[in-house]
Amino acid sequence: MDLQGFGAQLASGTWITVQLALASMACAVVLGLLGASAKTSGLTPLRWLGTAYTGMVRGLPELLVILLVYFGAAMVINQVASAFGYTQYIELSPFVAGVIALAFNYGAYMTEVFRGALATIPRGHTEAGMALGMGRLRIFRRIVLPQVWRVALPASGNIFLALLKDTALVSVIGLEDLMRETAIAVGYSKQPFTFYLAAAFIYLGLTAVATLGIHWLERRTTHGMRTLSG
Amino acid sequence: MNWQVMIDSFPALAEGALITLELVVISGILGVLLAVPMAMARVSPRPWLRALPLAHIYFFRGTPLLVQIYLVYYGLGQFEAVRDSVLWPYLREAYWCAIIAFTLNTSAYTAEILRGAIQSVPRGEVEAAETVGMSPALIWRRIRLPRAFRIALPAYSNEVILMLKGSALASTITLMDLTGVARTIIARTYTPVELFLAAGLLYVVLAFLILGGFRLVERRLNRHLQPG
Repeated sequence: MDLQGFGAQLASGTWITVQLALASMACAVVLGLLGASAKTSGLTPLRWLGTAYTGMVRGLPELLVILLVYFGAAMVINQVASAFGYTQYIELSPFVAGVIALAFNYGAYMTEVFRGALATIPRGHTEAGMALGMGRLRIFRRIVLPQVWRVALPASGNIFLALLKDTALVSVIGLEDLMRETAIAVGYSKQPFTFYLAAAFIYLGLTAVATLGIHWLERRTTHGMRTLSG
Repeated sequence: MNWQVMIDSFPALAEGALITLELVVISGILGVLLAVPMAMARVSPRPWLRALPLAHIYFFRGTPLLVQIYLVYYGLGQFEAVRDSVLWPYLREAYWCAIIAFTLNTSAYTAEILRGAIQSVPRGEVEAAETVGMSPALIWRRIRLPRAFRIALPAYSNEVILMLKGSALASTITLMDLTGVARTIIARTYTPVELFLAAGLLYVVLAFLILGGFRLVERRLNRHLQPG
């Protein structure tokens, strides 16, 4: 495949794509833990909030959320800022907008994953922690969370793969990720098929690497666990 | 919040929603038609037949939908053979390009869902059909596929919702679907929050309707399992 010297450009775009995917996933994990805590909370309004969040995201297109965050959130932020007497225009960078939008979206999926994983931790573990005089936060951090990771990992891996592919959408608001760099290369070379196919194979490579990484993590976290096969 | 803009643009958005629905339904039906033979090949005892749809499934599940749409819409025009072919009047249209990309994409996901369903049809039922002397083709038509469709339905309804969300990408190749209409109106009125929220609301309503439809079909297909 002849890339006509655009290889370096595609590589720099790929790097942005990787950064965007990792940053969004980290935020989605945090949102997911918060969402799962809300959904399993004893407070009814919090449970409603969690349910409304996951239900809404299920039906909203990712692209729409990205556009809404990029164009909408900037307006809201500036209105709030000017209400406090701040006169300069605050601009939301495409990268930040992309992270917010993707984290909002995938945080909802992570909420469901963590909710399911939290339910598999026996109550006795928490009670044992309480009997030892641990605080609620410490029980969560030392007893519940380490076990939740292990249960949640396979499903989270699938979600990360979906997120990785959806980072391409952020190119629509002008982030110079792999997709956007490819479009620039297409503009110069007039060879759309060649370059979009190259981009497709780079994405395939990224998902392959991510799959390997997930398997490695899974092997690490299930280390010493008894499995059915022995 | 400018409520008037939301109300005024409702008829245009509703028209966009119809285009969105049309895209989802047409590529959904075509996708299933493609997915059935692929799923059947995936469970074949012959290794070469099993490997046949693998490349298609791997490519379309492993790459972003946006790349696939661009490959069809911008990419195909690179080849003179395509530009000179009788299909060019269609391949030039954003509408058909979106349908082609969505169909190929959803067929890959649906094939995997169907494969799982076919594999979970109880062996005893297939053996019973063999015992009464049904031919392999008849077993597929009367036993395995009808049973598999029923098993696959809940997972497939999820796939249709994902397709509904994915259809918003049609707006990136100038199509006037729900997102496309919203973006066009915003370019004129500059009220992104109002318009995107209104469009989002319509998407949620569409998802709700689709899920409701599937629930009705499911209840009808599983009539014999209901108590009473």
